[in-house]
Amino acid sequence: MSTLSPFKLAAVVLERDLRLALRRWDQVLQPLIFFAVVIALFPLAISPELTELRRMAPGILWVAAMLASLLATDALFRPDVEDGTMEQWVLAGQPLAWLLLIKTVGHWLLTGVPLVIMAPVIAVALGVPTSGWLVMLITLALGTAVLSVLGAIGAALTVGLRRGNMLMALLVLPLEMPVLIFGARALDLGMQGEAVAGPISLLAAILLLGMSLGPFAMAAAIRISIE
Amino acid sequence: MNWLWFHKLASPPYAYAVARRFRPWLLWPALLLMGWAAYAGLFVVPPDYQQKDAYRIIFVHVPSASMSLIIYSIMAVSSAIGLIWRMKLAHAVAAACAQAGTVFTVLALATGSIWGRPMWGAWWAWDPRLTSELILLFLYLGYMALRASFDDIGRADRACAVLAIVGVVNVPIIHYSVVWWNSLHQGTTLSIFGKSAIDPSMVTPLLAMLLAFALYFAAILCDGVCAEILRRERNAQWLTKLEPIKQGSLKAA
Repeated sequence: MSTLSPFKLAAVVLERDLRLALRRWDQVLQPLIFFAVVIALFPLAISPELTELRRMAPGILWVAAMLASLLATDALFRPDVEDGTMEQWVLAGQPLAWLLLIKTVGHWLLTGVPLVIMAPVIAVALGVPTSGWLVMLITLALGTAVLSVLGAIGAALTVGLRRGNMLMALLVLPLEMPVLIFGARALDLGMQGEAVAGPISLLAAILLLGMSLGPFAMAAAIRISIE
Repeated sequence: MNWLWFHKLASPPYAYAVARRFRPWLLWPALLLMGWAAYAGLFVVPPDYQQKDAYRIIFVHVPSASMSLIIYSIMAVSSAIGLIWRMKLAHAVAAACAQAGTVFTVLALATGSIWGRPMWGAWWAWDPRLTSELILLFLYLGYMALRASFDDIGRADRACAVLAIVGVVNVPIIHYSVVWWNSLHQGTTLSIFGKSAIDPSMVTPLLAMLLAFALYFAAILCDGVCAEILRRERNAQWLTKLEPIKQGSLKAA
């Protein structure tokens, strides 16, 4: 059997994932609606004053993004494991780490990117000034990508368990805490007009670390989960 | 170097016998050293010029925090050994580490909290070192939760090994958190090989307590590994050849 070039492989995987997702676009919308609903909880629970919400906006945005990402990542590997596709991928002779990385990228395109697109609307609702929007979009784009990678590692570890949802959250959230710290800090600094190069660079570095080493952890975890 | 001793330890009966033989040699010196270090720390060492006598909790806080990091590193390394060389007993060591590691982490956080109340005025602060130590606690708890959720021990071993290795990135973050960030927590003052910034009279009981905790953990690890071996090998023949239980202890034949 010939080895496909990595780009051809990526194209095949992405096309499949995107096409399958678009057939069930209501499933794609659910995490986004969850994101909006969670954000709506904070003004109701804490205070509707825009001045107060503006101060808390980075934290609210990030926590809501983390929770939405957790819910969405359950659907990353489970359907493929359940119908046997993942087993075929493990046996396929193609590099499993690459396949899973591309799958995670596709997942990010379906959950992270729409989140970033929705962000300006949410920003208006939370009183984030337009001066901070560029930083918000950059940090959310990088941040949701890191959340997708870390979530994928957790999903790969727990996909073989029947009730792995809560456990996956328990495993992934501690690993995501540094991301939350840097991302929320970057957004906070950006909203105040200060220099954001530091935290954004750290966020990008975490993303690169995750993208380079994470797929190997994912591949090891998938092999364990589908034995 | 001759690695035969290491390969012999991969055999459960041999490892069981070694663990049982070493345990008293680790436990009793540990308890004696702990007693001496506690006495020295409480009564012999002079009070701190700034914190007076309240600093004495350092003799429990620092060793338990160091142990929490050391134990996680041991857990990650033995998980890696188990994954790469497929040594089941390496996974048993990692499993036995998790519970002790959790206890040391809770102890570090609790003693730190008790120390912080009079010194900083607060039971807790969200500064980098405390937060990353809290993340370590969550990692330990997550490890134990993941292990408990698999029915098959082999799959549990390998999944937990992946988790331990992924989480080991937190250990240098904790260690260097006081260097990289502006932290409320005290910076690096203790050095084992070089000159410490802490008063020499305080260093000896501190290092002695650290050694005592390490020996105590090694003794607990022996117990834990024996328990893991019994759990994994419960259907094996060699267990029937152990001496019967006398006064609540199993000795290898």
